[in-house]
Amino acid sequence: MLSDNLWFHNIYCFLYTGDTAISGCSDAIGLLPESANWMPYYIAGFSMVLVLINIFMIFGALYTYAERRLIGRFQSRLGPNRAGPFGILQPVADGIKLLTKESMIPDTADKPVYNLAPVIMLVPVILVVAVLPVGEGTFMTDLNVSLLFAISITALTTIAIFMAGFSTGNRFAMLGAMRAVAQLISYEVPVVLSTVGIILLTGSLSLVDMVEAQTVPFILVQPLAFLIFIIGSSAEMNRTPFDVVEAESEIIAGYHTEYGGMRFAMIQLAEYASVLVNSAIITTLFLSGWDGPVSFIPSPIWFLLKMFFMAFCFIWIRATLPRLRMDQIMSFAWKFLLPLSLLNIFVTASEVLYFGVNGLFTQNDLWIMSLINFGVAILGIVIFTKVMEIGTDSNNKYKYPV
Amino acid sequence: MTSELMTVNFGPQHPSTHGVFRLRITLDGETVVALEPIFGYLHRGSEKLAEERTFTQVITLTDRMDYTSAMTNNQAYVLSCEKLMEVRAPVRAQYLRVISAELSRIASHLIGTGFLINDLGAFITPLMYCFRERERILDLFEMLCGARITLTYMRVGGVFQETPSEFWPALESFLTDMEYRLDEYESLLTENEILLSRTKGVSPITTDQALNASITGPILRSTGLNWDLRVVDPYEIYNRLKFEIPIGENGDNFDRYLVRINEMRQSISIIKQCIEQIEPGEIRLDLPFLIRPDSGEAYGRVESPKGELGFYLISDGSISPYRCKVRPPSLINLTLLDEMLVGWKVADMIVTLGSLDFNMGEVDR
Repeated sequence: MLSDNLWFHNIYCFLYTGDTAISGCSDAIGLLPESANWMPYYIAGFSMVLVLINIFMIFGALYTYAERRLIGRFQSRLGPNRAGPFGILQPVADGIKLLTKESMIPDTADKPVYNLAPVIMLVPVILVVAVLPVGEGTFMTDLNVSLLFAISITALTTIAIFMAGFSTGNRFAMLGAMRAVAQLISYEVPVVLSTVGIILLTGSLSLVDMVEAQTVPFILVQPLAFLIFIIGSSAEMNRTPFDVVEAESEIIAGYHTEYGGMRFAMIQLAEYASVLVNSAIITTLFLSGWDGPVSFIPSPIWFLLKMFFMAFCFIWIRATLPRLRMDQIMSFAWKFLLPLSLLNIFVTASEVLYFGVNGLFTQNDLWIMSLINFGVAILGIVIFTKVMEIGTDSNNKYKYPV
Repeated sequence: MTSELMTVNFGPQHPSTHGVFRLRITLDGETVVALEPIFGYLHRGSEKLAEERTFTQVITLTDRMDYTSAMTNNQAYVLSCEKLMEVRAPVRAQYLRVISAELSRIASHLIGTGFLINDLGAFITPLMYCFRERERILDLFEMLCGARITLTYMRVGGVFQETPSEFWPALESFLTDMEYRLDEYESLLTENEILLSRTKGVSPITTDQALNASITGPILRSTGLNWDLRVVDPYEIYNRLKFEIPIGENGDNFDRYLVRINEMRQSISIIKQCIEQIEPGEIRLDLPFLIRPDSGEAYGRVESPKGELGFYLISDGSISPYRCKVRPPSLINLTLLDEMLVGWKVADMIVTLGSLDFNMGEVDR
């Protein structure tokens, strides 16, 4: 049943003793006695969960270091360089500092919701790791709807932000929560629609199938979808230029203004880990996942390299761009990204009808589609920027009361 | 649809109120419908303190008013002292004052621009770039007088000391680099689509409004009026120099930003002309240690980076001023807050506050 999951299979068969017909292990070594045959299943499963989740959490912590360090370099300063060699122990120092802080809850807070919000923030990020195909045959589970799972589970973050913002009783937090609900729900729509093109091309919702279908990386076949997805996911992660939810210069820290200590650390860890998870999803959907041009480098390394490259791009964007205003962000989503993603679906569906043989494509077909889609992307972007009025036209004084 | 109004305190401790400025704003959703500015958190009683100090000691108080541009504060004060005593500083000292005042203007505009872009939400990158350049100006000031922020470089009747030999090459290399850096900033910022859509047409004021509120400085010039004290009421040696006064058209946030950038270019050209024209000579008049001007009054004013900075001095013939009244441009530039902020979004409000480039040290004194 899990025979295509090499990692699980190897550990399981290493431990299992007994009838190969039942276990599906033709090369069982059998470390455990036959009476303990119920154990290998759980050991194999838990070992995968433990390793993958810890890897992602440790990378999430290290990512905070990388971001601060890189942004320091972008800003012609050094960044953290005191704790350990090159400051690499900075996340540990931060963690210790935040853990030893007094746990303060504001009087105005709704305490159960206030305490629960950071947890709900962090859990979806960890859950998404379950469906990420990190390498060839290296994943916790290959759901047949894993893309749907990933998208819907990350949408839980909206609820966590909403809870955090409204439970603290702080007005800046409330402003942040108001912005978050509007923004995250709006950007969910173009993000989901931009993946429809890939679903049409692969004929499956499984992330593993999507990687295997990418004989040509989908960043070339679906350039428009890639742009929309990268913009939309940076909006969902609340990163510049869409970081109005926690706009420091406007509403101090937005929804987590009143959070301190370990709760703050959990929120931060969730945010940074979600950058990595989103980079991983982008890698899987558009950069052909674990598949690399050179085969002697193991597939998980390829995956991590691509993931770190995407995370680096997000850091780069954060260090460069100023922030948009709330209404500009909303009109950008509904007036620009949504029509473009619909255009992308239309074009891709037509191509699938024309080229597809039982929903399958040769590599040549994919290259031709890539050419067409690049043309459509450029034309679409140029036309929609002209047609849709986005920018200075929205700068109007508001008369109160209306 | 009815909605409840929400009153929010912006400041005195807020990341982007430039010190301890407090705004109590009433919001309808994201839109500002009423606001009440509250000043005084940085009040140190400078004007009263001046009555207890000698004329020379008051210079140290002026450093702490607009601490981003202490040179122009020094200049305004010593000019009004000199008016009171009816003396003029030696020509070389006047050149040195102009050079340091223009350096101060560049430093102040760098801070103004950097914080404006920071308020726009660029994650402190432009601010750090601006501070990198400002750091070199502070190095130059350190060569001139040993201090970096609170300078007290100027004296009644001249400047503190002769320039050290390493100052001039350092100044010239700074000017060359600064021109290049300004081009770099403009290529990064002025054409940036997000910056344009966030600042163009936001919080515009007309020339009439600005004049009625006696607003001066870049904010007045951004409305299209060519009014600069360096030209309309030349002090020191400004009438020997050729420079343009950059003006805007609409008086919106973008024009204020652009006027500052162009003023930095003009300042560079002014300093270059000063370097060509300056000649060796006296740097300070031989005045007694305790100055006792005859009783009388004088008003000296300069074009500080924020606007018209004036010192009104009354002397009763003793060693300290009888009254020292400051005309702080930052405070007076805030008089139009209602017209500028009400009806705009919270995000616009922050950007407008950034573009006004006020300094709480000067507002509260």
